[in-house]
Amino acid sequence: MPPIRDVMPAFELFQPASVGDALGILDRHGADAWVMAGGMDTFDWLKDRIKKPKVVVDLGMVDELRGIKDASGGLEIGAMTTLTTVANNPLVKERFPLLAAAALIVASPQIRNQGTVGGNVSQDARCWYYRAGWPCYRAGGNICYADTPTSVNREHAIFNADRCVAVNPSDTAPALIALDAEFVIKRGSAERVVPAREFFVGPGIDITRLTVLQPGDLLTAIRIPATWAGKAHYFEKVRDRQVWDFALVNIAASLNMSGSTISDARMVVNGVAAEPYRLDAVEAAIKGKPRDKATADLAADLAVQGAVPLRHNAYKIPLVKALVKRAIRGEAEWATS
Amino acid sequence: MGNLVSWARSPWGDSVLTHISWDLFWAALVGGLLFLLAHGGYMLFSQHRKRESSEVDRMEAEYKGLPANIMRHSFVSRVFHWVMAFSMLTLLFTAFLPIVGVRFAWVYWHWMAGILLTASVMFHIVHATLVLDFWSIWVGPKDIPEFKAEMLREVGIDAPGPKSGKYPLGNRLYHLAVLVAGLSVIASGILMMWRVRTGIVERNPYILTDATWGLTYVVHGLMGVGFVGLVIAHIYFALRPEKLWITKAMIFGTITRRQYLEHHDPDRWVADKSGSN
Repeated sequence: MPPIRDVMPAFELFQPASVGDALGILDRHGADAWVMAGGMDTFDWLKDRIKKPKVVVDLGMVDELRGIKDASGGLEIGAMTTLTTVANNPLVKERFPLLAAAALIVASPQIRNQGTVGGNVSQDARCWYYRAGWPCYRAGGNICYADTPTSVNREHAIFNADRCVAVNPSDTAPALIALDAEFVIKRGSAERVVPAREFFVGPGIDITRLTVLQPGDLLTAIRIPATWAGKAHYFEKVRDRQVWDFALVNIAASLNMSGSTISDARMVVNGVAAEPYRLDAVEAAIKGKPRDKATADLAADLAVQGAVPLRHNAYKIPLVKALVKRAIRGEAEWATS
Repeated sequence: MGNLVSWARSPWGDSVLTHISWDLFWAALVGGLLFLLAHGGYMLFSQHRKRESSEVDRMEAEYKGLPANIMRHSFVSRVFHWVMAFSMLTLLFTAFLPIVGVRFAWVYWHWMAGILLTASVMFHIVHATLVLDFWSIWVGPKDIPEFKAEMLREVGIDAPGPKSGKYPLGNRLYHLAVLVAGLSVIASGILMMWRVRTGIVERNPYILTDATWGLTYVVHGLMGVGFVGLVIAHIYFALRPEKLWITKAMIFGTITRRQYLEHHDPDRWVADKSGSN
């Protein structure tokens, strides 16, 4: 564990009141700037003195980044909207209860009151070796301390490890991918819209980031199309304790039913790879099949193909299988179908 | 040296090397391109003297027992060359494209190409030792007269010194540079297989100390950027009009009898009289 000093290194603090101002500051300071949303990830880094940005841009005053509004039957959620607001918002609960369920189970009530949906999807890896400030791949070095014969790695990746075996810790990320959401990113005067799946990157593509966000970028909103509004869904998070903990594995599924048959599906697990892991093979296999035990068993086997456990996390393989089965059979208390 | 390499603090509080500064890649790239421009400009004014046509005519009469086409590179040698070229280009692109911003999952392709390079070089060492004329590629004090003569010819003097054997002096010096850089990247690259998942060896970064790993990465990086310059130079010379006869020989295997007599010393490279394949 790093020594917790509770004394943050000095930085220049900016508190812009508009997106335009924030973008101007980010453009001016580039890689020296650190974007802070709710601060739930930021303050860990700063108080541990692992990250020492010259400039911190606190988005807390930018009201235009907050709120949830209708968007042609879908929703547009400001990146600075708190997780509590997302979880309790009537429109979210009515149209996309999958997202409400995911937001409602993040960390703890206190963290949800302060943490934002933009921050939740953008947060950095929680690997304790990396968080301790050790010079691992993700920190710009050339070693993964979590993937050695002596590593403690029960919370690390079983899929798509490429040197680094950290996992994406977000609960809302798999839900947003399962809803075909899009992320609105602004940079200077430009705006780009990135499908949720492409927002997250694995270590093979960029070993120092979990998302496509680069210095100067600002995630401003998340758009959810109407495609999966009101459809069957399933979300479950497995963690060591029932509050204030990251997922060992979580699963988010959207299911479009035609009678008793699955006509289309999105299924994403997180906590198993450096990016939310979409189960493409499962989605393809369950189309046209009923939500029954046979389909669940088939999907479970497909879901874990290619999994490579580390020294202490082989339990994640049966856990993923179990969650996939439950998602298809809809056995949790909050399942709607 | 401080800005040429990057350092990190290990979990034990030691300052350890991590890798070279990627500015060195740009330096190698720009240096290589500047060399092309400089050499290309120089060649516009070069006075380099080849063997006179009349002398080559006389030698053709003297060596009329030689076949019309003379084997310069056997089929096996050519296959080795192109396999090594393919693996080297793959290694360079997979190593440096991500550094210039082209993002893709490069590690797998990089170590696979590294294995191919290693295998081809191992084969080459055996093949060159047992089948080829092993000493024909090496450079030593014995080549000083040839070097002197070549320098004089370069400034337009018809120097009487020796012509090259099978391989021109520049060729041999290049081989020496590639040998040093190649064996260094191979040795360091093999060690680095313990840092990534390959399925060949169990990943274990603790087989060496942090300091030794740092040196390993720095050597690998330095030689890697060195290869950027070396490969640029090699491709450039292969494409130069006055060198195309050598390049064609690496494709088709043979040179003409006249090219042989024009560029080589028949006493230093005794051609195979059985001719082309």
